[in-house]
Amino acid sequence: MSLAADILGWAFILAGSFFTVVGAFGLIRMPDLYTRLHASGVLDPFGVSLILIGLMFQAGFTLVTVKLAFLVLLLLFTSPVACHALARAALHREVKPLLDDERSSSSKR
Amino acid sequence: MFAAAAIALVVALALTVARALLGPTVFDRVLGANTIGTLAVCLMAVYGFLTERPEFLDVAIVYAFLNVLSTLAILKFFRFGSLGDPEDDEPAPRLETRP
Amino acid sequence: MRHVSLIVALAAFWVLLSGVFTPFLLAAGLGSVFAVVWFADRRMKVLDVEGHPSHLSVRALTYWPWLLWEIVKSGWDVTKRILHPRLPISPCLVRVPTSQQTNVGRVIYANSITLTPGTISLELTEGEILVHALTREGAEGLATGDMDRRATAFEAAL
Repeated sequence: MSLAADILGWAFILAGSFFTVVGAFGLIRMPDLYTRLHASGVLDPFGVSLILIGLMFQAGFTLVTVKLAFLVLLLLFTSPVACHALARAALHREVKPLLDDERSSSSKR
Repeated sequence: MFAAAAIALVVALALTVARALLGPTVFDRVLGANTIGTLAVCLMAVYGFLTERPEFLDVAIVYAFLNVLSTLAILKFFRFGSLGDPEDDEPAPRLETRP
Repeated sequence: MRHVSLIVALAAFWVLLSGVFTPFLLAAGLGSVFAVVWFADRRMKVLDVEGHPSHLSVRALTYWPWLLWEIVKSGWDVTKRILHPRLPISPCLVRVPTSQQTNVGRVIYANSITLTPGTISLELTEGEILVHALTREGAEGLATGDMDRRATAFEAAL
């Protein structure tokens, strides 16, 4: 039981580290602001939450686990709010999104 | 193994700082700052495990709150504040001059 | 009802974060909890359907796991696209209709869209959401309305 939790925790931590680094790499690689927001969506709630869930498995069943769970919930609630506020502020400041082509069913501002 | 996660987080932090420094628009920099905050929260939690000091988690929780609040405050400033287009600015109050 | 659930949540929050059970700290926690509830209810007037949607808590047990699985799936998809040498992205803007009745439901839907990597809700207006999608497949997946239906069912709890 303890060993299984240990292995599961390490798997979560390694997966989270992988997604975090990939998200940061995407932050550098993506061409414009809005696509960078997508890359940060891989990093910000997803990879970081996986690392924290892995730490929860490592901590056993203590108060530390509860604090980590609270931290995960907090990140999952606040990060889309910040992301949406960022995208909306950029849209209102007339930062034009880079679109693939005009065939998309889009309606430009 | 906690060290591996810490190294991954530091690498991600370096890339994010690069984006915050490069970022052509101010929103790229805000995105970088927000992501740096989130990564710092996670790094604090991992560092607490690395050094067997769970008190770092309390700091991490407070920092997570501060992170999102500061991001929203900065964005609100850039959305409604006086930085940006000069046309949006309210005219400066004109002083009454006595003839 | 909302008062009770807020009091229980805040008390659990205090106890779990402190982990110290001396009488002084427990009394201080009790005082803080009631002060916060009084402030939220009487002064700020946020203890309502929007401020503390406790009626949604039961349905969240079915909605959140589904949403988490969606996040994992689309996160893996975006990861593959970031690491792909040719960067196969096709960003596009779409307008997605919303079928929710209340503001809480709309915000839940918009936040779910933003939370899944690959789609971001840019602007929330009456009856529709302007969505920026990283790929056209993501936009089409959103246009099927599966998440919309689930968010509506979630909102209609109780």
